[in-house]
Amino acid sequence: MPIEVNGKTLETDEEGYLANLNEWEPDVATVMAKEDDLELTDEHWDIINFLREYYEEFQIAPAVRVLTKAVGKRMGKDKGNSKYLYSLFPYGPGKQACKYAGLPKPTGCV
Amino acid sequence: MSDVKKFMYVNRKAPYGTIYALESLEVVLISAAFDQDVSLAFVDDGVYQIMKGTKTDGIGMKNFSPVYNALGDYDITKLYVEQESLDERGLTLDDLMDIKYEDEDDDWAEKPSIKVVSRKEMADVMDQQDVLMSF
Amino acid sequence: MSMLHTINKSPFEKTSFEACLNHVNGDSSILMIEDGVYGAMKGTAFSEKVAATNGVALYILGPDMQARGISEDRLIDGVKVVDYAGFVDLVTEHDKVQAWL
Repeated sequence: MPIEVNGKTLETDEEGYLANLNEWEPDVATVMAKEDDLELTDEHWDIINFLREYYEEFQIAPAVRVLTKAVGKRMGKDKGNSKYLYSLFPYGPGKQACKYAGLPKPTGCV
Repeated sequence: MSDVKKFMYVNRKAPYGTIYALESLEVVLISAAFDQDVSLAFVDDGVYQIMKGTKTDGIGMKNFSPVYNALGDYDITKLYVEQESLDERGLTLDDLMDIKYEDEDDDWAEKPSIKVVSRKEMADVMDQQDVLMSF
Repeated sequence: MSMLHTINKSPFEKTSFEACLNHVNGDSSILMIEDGVYGAMKGTAFSEKVAATNGVALYILGPDMQARGISEDRLIDGVKVVDYAGFVDLVTEHDKVQAWL
């Protein structure tokens, strides 16, 4: 289903991931979150921005385990656990946050 | 811990000309989710997969070299490279990417993932594995 | 009759490159593409065979070379780098093409 962002129509795949990674802009995340009845806070953006930086450097969307470890290292142990990440992204920090960040589905997610 | 098996992925093909290198990398990343003891072997043309300085804009394919740098995050820290395979191809360790991992048990100290081993040593490492998959 | 030989396999994995070298003559040119570009590197176990093709013009496709992290200073002396337009020129300059697979 395509999504409407700032007057533009963006293609997505059958699971809602952006078809063209280059079309991402912050409002893509806002629009996707709204469809999930979620209001994005600074804490959400920390994770989304981290994922985008990770993809930029390594060309893959990290698995949840990798994300959790990396967040813990960067933002402290209180945030580097799945409880905290699931509280932000109830549909799964890997899948949901990657989708908002305009990344493909994490490798190793089934 | 007893159910942890030693998995080795043996890479013997050059990148880009065929899909084997990329497919191997995908399988390796997926396998990392199962908390097994994973190592990679680069033998024959497989050593070409981790050459540094790759630039793929000209061939319209995604450059997957950066993914090797993420292997450490997936606790894949043993990349065995065969010396004889490098020699035959006029390559040295200097021609390869500087792939590192951060050792969580050593205050995140960066350590090299690549170990250059002789053909004989490679055979021994292979011998110690429970499961081998060749690409 | 001049012939352009293209070779797209690594000389270390298949015998195609060697078969190509065994079938070139003075009028021929060889263009290394895809995994064939590894045959253009000097200091390998195969370089001498390539260098021994006296009088045969040797070319390598630049984009395939760069994708594999091979810099120009690693090439056997005399190997010329061409782009896709140069590939087309080579095809038109020769009477025929043989693509070694």
